[in-house]
Amino acid sequence: MSDADGWNRLHPLSPVVRGGRATIAIAILFLPTVFGGGRDQMRTLVDLVVVAVLVALGFVSWIVTRWRVNGDDLQIETGVLRRQSLRFPLSQVQAIDVVRPGLARLFRVAELRLRMGGASGKSARLAYLHEREVEPLRDRLLALARGAPVGEASPPVVEHHLLATVPTSRLVASILVSDVGIAAELVLLGLVLGIVYAPSAAAGIASGGAVWILSVFQLVWRRFNQEYRLSVAEVPDGLLLRGGLVALTSETIRPGRVQAVRLVEPMAWRLLGWCRLEVDIAGRQRSEGEGQAQRRALRTILPVGTPALADELLDHLLPERPRELSPPPRRVRWKSPLRYPLLGWGRTPTCVVTRSGRLRRATNWVPLEKVQSLRRVEGPVQRRLRLASVHVDTAGRSVHAVIRDRDVGEADAVLEELVASARAARKAA
Amino acid sequence: MQWHRPSARLLALRRLQVAIATVAAVVAAVAATGASALGLTLGGVALVAGGATTYFQRRRFLAWGYAERDDDLLVRRGVMFSRLSVVPYGRMQFIDVTAGPFERSFGLATVRMHTAAAASDARIPGLPHEEASRLRDRLAELGEAQAAGI
Repeated sequence: MSDADGWNRLHPLSPVVRGGRATIAIAILFLPTVFGGGRDQMRTLVDLVVVAVLVALGFVSWIVTRWRVNGDDLQIETGVLRRQSLRFPLSQVQAIDVVRPGLARLFRVAELRLRMGGASGKSARLAYLHEREVEPLRDRLLALARGAPVGEASPPVVEHHLLATVPTSRLVASILVSDVGIAAELVLLGLVLGIVYAPSAAAGIASGGAVWILSVFQLVWRRFNQEYRLSVAEVPDGLLLRGGLVALTSETIRPGRVQAVRLVEPMAWRLLGWCRLEVDIAGRQRSEGEGQAQRRALRTILPVGTPALADELLDHLLPERPRELSPPPRRVRWKSPLRYPLLGWGRTPTCVVTRSGRLRRATNWVPLEKVQSLRRVEGPVQRRLRLASVHVDTAGRSVHAVIRDRDVGEADAVLEELVASARAARKAA
Repeated sequence: MQWHRPSARLLALRRLQVAIATVAAVVAAVAATGASALGLTLGGVALVAGGATTYFQRRRFLAWGYAERDDDLLVRRGVMFSRLSVVPYGRMQFIDVTAGPFERSFGLATVRMHTAAAASDARIPGLPHEEASRLRDRLAELGEAQAAGI
């Protein structure tokens, strides 16, 4: 479909898929008009006009949007009244996602999304392309991002080295004992008890709080939908994450783009010996106009797994990570009694680890070459106890590594050492 | 390593701001309740609060400081929560110089350093215009020389 200058258009059905739920709602609303027949003529006419206008709008939005790969840039032009010409330098790509919501799968199309770095952290979206163009295009863009020559022939078949995948039964069990899962179970239990003992009251509560109840179940569903059969594989272009039940996603994170890694162990999971592993990359995580299923705070690479499996993945991500954590001074118990047993930090010449949390234990690893700035902070209570914290800031949006509550002397020394080793790591990178 | 301070005019500016707020609060308290006992009490409270704030403004002013080192900029601030930020020149993405109406009338400006991390937030208020431009140019130059990828 490309013309002389290399411009391409999106798939013609894009507006239909982008309409998402609205499209489904309209289809359901107009089914009676199409098949019912013989009803009010006037209403049929109005319905037809509405549909015609929507179709025309969709067509216009399709016809004005075009894209091409020009040298090292991806260019997208769109808009009627406010014409936009966007240019995305491929060398700054942090990750490329292929997203397939339910409706897109029905029409055999997929969305390609390029996550860019930088303060504004915009992402380039090509929504939607035909299924069979998407994967070759992704591979081509990744090759260009790597600095391969423009005219290179189609890249060789990518071999996958599967690192981890999650059995569905364990995923279900883990969601059942997670915080949202427990909330959903309590709601369900309350409703069942209510129906048994006081049906009329239960009906009242259910109708009054329907929105809240639904949103709790929606959270549970979203989590399941996203993490269903999630697998992590190592490919030459970085890490490949695939998964999803209705909306399929496949994300490629380029090597060296991981800003931080986080291991989370909620209290209930710790009893079962489970943990979750997430990575943080640069760029805004929540962009406007993205579907709900695609909004995620962090990229989960292991939704639930044993510490041994998490360790294996960590070996791939951060081979030189610190193994031992030093505990804080004993007097921290007076300041943060709940946190005290979990606090700790450690370092190697290239990586810092911090651990914190009250009930939920969170361990953050930050490669020192990714450190943006360092801050030493001392609050009024800390000053009484001669304590200070050192914050390690990265370009990621969600992981915030803090070396919390250390002795003042240690904090000062740590700040200087980390500044020096971060500089060395940055120069080496 | 030499620590620099914002201009002493910043303290005058902060005092003026406190004075304006205090006067406004006293006038509002007295006007709203009439010159009754309640209104006078409230006005007195506002005056005392203004006085206390003036004292704290002085300490906050003295806490501000910045130092240019070979590879990074140090910025310290805060009395209750004292903070020391270390921002490597190579990590600075862009540098802002802003001056609000108050600052402008005192011939001052605020220099703000942005890195790719949202949490970095390093700023130096109350610099004289020449110093603000000098700092901006110098940081931009050093940033360009040492720039590192995200």
